[in-house]
Amino acid sequence: MNRITELFQTKLHSVLNLYFTAGYPTLNDTMPILEALQEAGADIAEIGMPYSDPVADGETIQQSNQIALDNGMSLKVLFEQLKGMREKVQIPVILMGYINPVLQFGIENFCQKCQEVGVDGMILPDLPMDEYEEEYKPVFDKYGLLNIFLITPQTTEARIRRIDEISGGFIYMVSSASVTGKTSGISDEMEAYFNRVNAMNLKNPRLIGFGIKDHETFTKASEYAAGAIIGSQFIRVLQAASDIKTDVVEYIKSVKVG
Amino acid sequence: MTSTEQHKGQETAFAVNAKGYYGKFGGAYIPEMLHPNVEELQQNYLQIIHQADFQEEFQNLLKNYVGRPTPLYYATRLSEKYKTNIYLKREDLCHTGAHKVNNTIGQILLAKRLGKHKIVAETGAGQHGVATATVCALMGLECIVYMGEIDIQRQAPNVARMKMLGAEVRPATSGSKTLKDATNEALRHWINNPVDTHYIIGSVVGPHPYPDMVARFQSIISEEIRSQLLEKTGKENPDYVIACVGGGSNAAGAFYHFLDELDVKLIAAEAGGHGIHSGMSAATTFLGKPGVLHGSKSILMQTEDGQVVEPQSISAGLDYPGIGPLHAHLWDSGRAKFYAITDEESIEAGFELTKLEGIIPAIESAHALSVLKYLNAEANETVVVNLSGRGDKDLATYMKYL
Ligand SMILES: Cc1ncc(COP(=O)(O)O)c(C=O)c1O
Repeated sequence: MNRITELFQTKLHSVLNLYFTAGYPTLNDTMPILEALQEAGADIAEIGMPYSDPVADGETIQQSNQIALDNGMSLKVLFEQLKGMREKVQIPVILMGYINPVLQFGIENFCQKCQEVGVDGMILPDLPMDEYEEEYKPVFDKYGLLNIFLITPQTTEARIRRIDEISGGFIYMVSSASVTGKTSGISDEMEAYFNRVNAMNLKNPRLIGFGIKDHETFTKASEYAAGAIIGSQFIRVLQAASDIKTDVVEYIKSVKVG
Repeated sequence: MTSTEQHKGQETAFAVNAKGYYGKFGGAYIPEMLHPNVEELQQNYLQIIHQADFQEEFQNLLKNYVGRPTPLYYATRLSEKYKTNIYLKREDLCHTGAHKVNNTIGQILLAKRLGKHKIVAETGAGQHGVATATVCALMGLECIVYMGEIDIQRQAPNVARMKMLGAEVRPATSGSKTLKDATNEALRHWINNPVDTHYIIGSVVGPHPYPDMVARFQSIISEEIRSQLLEKTGKENPDYVIACVGGGSNAAGAFYHFLDELDVKLIAAEAGGHGIHSGMSAATTFLGKPGVLHGSKSILMQTEDGQVVEPQSISAGLDYPGIGPLHAHLWDSGRAKFYAITDEESIEAGFELTKLEGIIPAIESAHALSVLKYLNAEANETVVVNLSGRGDKDLATYMKYL
């Protein structure tokens, strides 16, 4: 069974998903970070595939993308690094990134490589739903990969229902209309939006992302969803890390326990 | 100079389809955060544009504010030199000095009808930024313009104009620090300000419906060319229409009413930079492959890994690694022929027009003029060159070659 599906069958509370950029801070940090995440008790690892023009991302993730590219990261290199990943890492792994590098790699080739190394799903924020259903979904299905869509406070109910229909694993509930890296916390307005979505009885669980950074925000988000996603703050931790393993374990502990 | 001509069957339908595609190109490849705004535009733009009061206001401003119709000028000495009949469509005489204002007038009227009271835009040469700042001043709307740090330096007069017009010019400091990055920043700004802000994109790029919407606002150029040619020559159709292509808005406007007139040869001039094999070029159809940037699928200069390549051109307005999806389709179908014009060639053409006709063209437009020497048009043929803008902003660059 797909590891994301399996995870949510047993755990629907305080699921912690960490995003990091492949090849950052240095080219070969990808696997050490994955292993540290598993050891620290993260539930899902989301590996960013760096792109030259990440329009949905704020400065922190933009810079990590640029540094990773300068370090020599590419999909080819990433799949090389992830070979043998499943001998060491059992938690679900998602690849997150923009559609263009995936298109150039070739959709079929990409999905096949994902299956080979043991990737479970994808977040491709600039892949439109119609194109996904018509051209991509059959290939994703063939290789057992789930596609995770985003919703925002402005997404209409009808559209959320359609996203729920074609999503697999979970729905990425963006906390506010913004690029990544905002640190505003969770407002009353956001709570109303979370409650509205919760009342819809969707088939997919939700994880809340954007603005989650510490124990307080993680705990709060977990009250309104199956858990949360931390991105920019984790990149900041990695940027400042003197020892990846120690610092990742310590940070995740601080998020989970306080 | 290099040129390609592809012939892949007969394509006569060059209009966008319901999903925003021109053939294989187009669509709306946007993150969910932009979906409500883009969908609002998709669902309303045609209906708003067709409203009588919109048309009345639009046409009135084009006439009395922009100064349309712009002349179609028979360039006698240039025609003598190239032994054919050359007409210049004088978009350089538009208020603010380029064709860009046709689009910004249209979009600001649309934005007002959508209840938006803030405007964000990107700019390369600064012409679109100035045209946006101008209509914002005219309508009393707040205006933020993102401009690459490098472009801010090489297009200083336009930066000053935008500031005087009350716009806030924000430097884009990421990536190549030019038009591509300014566009990224404008998109991010729109993501962060979805409710009260309209994004006035400056060319026929971006997610559907922008390419079609901008082409419609610019289509006034070919509408006028047709009636002016009829009046001057007794025929609506020229043999050639030549325009430069950055994103492709002036070309889309100049081609629009000729797209299905297959006897009219459409010619696009891209920025060859130092030459297409120099690694310093912006000639997208020569160097690019199908890809997705800024919300649409088109032809894109990119590495094998799908990372966008930083383009290079003497002309800030053509310094863009993609082209609009309509142009990708015109190229792919063979409907238009593309030339890559080097920096040097464009400067020569700029000086030539100045000496022969007393008109200093924008360096962007000089790329289109540069095609004349490759055309070998017959003595009885008619050539229209879209003179998209004037060269005042480029004087510092021209002076280096004097
Ligand atoms: C005078 C002029 N011509 C052409 C362009 C290129 O834009 P487009 O290809 O959209 O016409 C610009 C852009 O700044 C411009 O200022």
